[in-house]
Amino acid sequence: MEYAIETHDLSKSYERHKALDGLGLAVPPGTVLGLLGPNGSGKTTTVRLLTTLLRPDSGSCRIVGLDVVKQAKEVRRNIGLAGQYAAVDERLTGLENLRLIGTLYHLGRREAHRRTDDLLERFGLTDVADRQAKTYSGGMRRRLDLAASLLADPPVVFLDEPTTGLDLINRIAMWELVREQTARGTTVLLTTQYLEEADQLADRIVVLKNGRTIADGTPDELKVGVGGQRLEVTLADPARAQDAARALREWGVGTATVGEGGRRVTVPVDGGIDAVATAVTALKGEGAHIVDFSLRKPSLDDVFLSLTGHGTPARDSQPDAEAEHAA
Amino acid sequence: MSEVIVDGVALIGRHIKHIRRVPQKLLSVTVMPVTMVLAFGYILGSAMDVPGVEYREYFMAGVFAQVMVAGMTTTGVGVCEDLNNGLVDRFRSLPMSRSAVLIGRTVSDLLLSAIACVVMSVVGFAIGWRIHGGFWSALAGFGLVLLLGFVAIWGGALLGLVLRNAEAVGSLGFVIVMPFMFLSSAFIPLDGLPGWLRAVAQWNPLTAVTDQCRRLWGNSTTAHGDGFAAAHPGLVSLVALAVLFVVIVPATVRSFGKATAR
Repeated sequence: MEYAIETHDLSKSYERHKALDGLGLAVPPGTVLGLLGPNGSGKTTTVRLLTTLLRPDSGSCRIVGLDVVKQAKEVRRNIGLAGQYAAVDERLTGLENLRLIGTLYHLGRREAHRRTDDLLERFGLTDVADRQAKTYSGGMRRRLDLAASLLADPPVVFLDEPTTGLDLINRIAMWELVREQTARGTTVLLTTQYLEEADQLADRIVVLKNGRTIADGTPDELKVGVGGQRLEVTLADPARAQDAARALREWGVGTATVGEGGRRVTVPVDGGIDAVATAVTALKGEGAHIVDFSLRKPSLDDVFLSLTGHGTPARDSQPDAEAEHAA
Repeated sequence: MSEVIVDGVALIGRHIKHIRRVPQKLLSVTVMPVTMVLAFGYILGSAMDVPGVEYREYFMAGVFAQVMVAGMTTTGVGVCEDLNNGLVDRFRSLPMSRSAVLIGRTVSDLLLSAIACVVMSVVGFAIGWRIHGGFWSALAGFGLVLLLGFVAIWGGALLGLVLRNAEAVGSLGFVIVMPFMFLSSAFIPLDGLPGWLRAVAQWNPLTAVTDQCRRLWGNSTTAHGDGFAAAHPGLVSLVALAVLFVVIVPATVRSFGKATAR
C-alpha cells in the first residue's frame, strides 16, 4: 500500500549534534501519528524535514508517494503546517491572514474567500475575523494557525506541538478540531510533549529520545509498558505516611511508595473505580488527615522512566556543570 | 514567472497594510525624515561655513542618502520578526514562489523609502532647497537615491536572515553604516581630510551617490575632480551599487532557502 508519510533511515545533524538518527516511519492514510518526546528529542527536526524546510543528511522521505527533496514543490501542495509559534501575521486580521494564505496556495480568489469564510465559521472565529490577530487570545491564535494549515484541504497535515502553552479548555477545543479533521480523512502527524494528548488523538505513537526511536506502538501498547493510573494521597502529617502505605497494601490496593518529604503516598490503581473505593476505605480506617487525594494518568516522565530505566536525559550533564562550578 | 508576480503582489499587499498599522513604520517615513532635514538644515547648517558652498543645498543629497541607508534596519527587523514568529516557516512550506517573499518585502520597503523621499523633498523645499537641473536629471537623481535605498533594503534582509535577532540587526547595522556615512561627502566636504583618508572617502559609494545627485540637481558640490572617483561619481556609484546588488541578492536568497525559526 502507499503510505501518506513514509521515511527510511532519516538522519540530520547540526554541526556536531545529531538531531535525528535513522528514523523510520510508515503512516497509513487517514490515521494520526503522535511523535512524543521531550525538548531536543528530534520532533521539530522531523517535522521540518517532512515539510521541506530542511534537507536530510541521509535517508529518504515521501509524502503521498512524492519525494520530499526531489519533488519539494509537489509535496508543498499536499501538506499543511501548523507550528508551535502560531505563525500568523499579528498585524493582519484573521480574515486577511487566511485570504493571504489562500492566495499563496493559488486557490483562486473565489475559492480562497469561500474556504476562509468556511474555516472562520468552523473554528469559531467569525466574530473576530475583522480584528488584528495581535488582539487574539492564545487559543484563538492557535485556531487561526490551524485554520491556515487546513486552508488548501491538504491530505497530510503536520502539527508541531499544537497545544503547548494552552490552557485546558483551549487544549480540549484544539483536540476536537483535530478530531474533526481526521474524521474527514486527513492524515495527521502531531508532535507533543504530553502523553495524554497523544493518547487522545493518535492511532499510533512513536517515542523519540536523542533523535532515536525508543518505542513505537498504539497508545494502549505503550501504556501496558508504563502501567495504569496512579492514586496520589498527600497527608497532613508525614509521620502517618508509612501507616497509610501499609493500610493500602493490606487492603490489597497495591504496593504504595512514599515520596516527597514523606507526605505523599503513590499507589498504582489498575483495578479502576473499585480499587479507588477500597483505597478510600483503607485510608478512612487508618484515620489519617488527608490534604489531597488525586488520580493521575502516567506522565511522559513515567514513560521515560519505564523505557529508559532511569531519569530523564536532560539531567545527564548536570553533575559535570556542578563539578566545574565547585572547582 | 506569473507565480512570482501573483505571490509578490499578495505579499506587497500584506506589507502595505502594515504601514498604517505599525507605528514605527509610519514614523520612519514621516517624523524621521522631517527631523533629519530640519536637524541638518538648521543645526548643522548653522555651524557650517564652507567657502563657495551653499550648505542648505549641499546637505540635502546627504540626508536623502542617510535616510535610504537607514531603511536597512527597518527591513532587517521585519525579516527577523517573520523568522522568529514562524511566518517564514509557513511561507516556505507553501507551494509558492520563494523569491516572492523577499521581493514582496523589499519592494514594499522601497515604497516606504519613496514616501520618505517625497516627505523630505517637501520639507527641504520649505527651508530653501531647490533643484536647478532639468526634469529628467532631477528624476535621475531620485532614481539613484532609490537604487541606493533598494541595495540597503536587500542588505537589511540579509542581515536579518543571518543574525535572526532584531537588536543585533540594529546594532550591527549601525556599525556598518556609520563609517560609510561619516567617511563620505554626505554631510561634509572632503577637502579638510588628510590625503589618504580623502582617497578612501572619494571611493566610498555614498560619496559617489551624493556627489552625483548634487550634479543632477544642480546643487553645490565640492568634488573638484582630483582623481577618477571624484571626476566620475555617476559611473562609480552605478558600478558600486551594481556590484553590491549582485553580491547581496543571491546571498539573501540562499539564506532564505535555509532559514527556519529557532
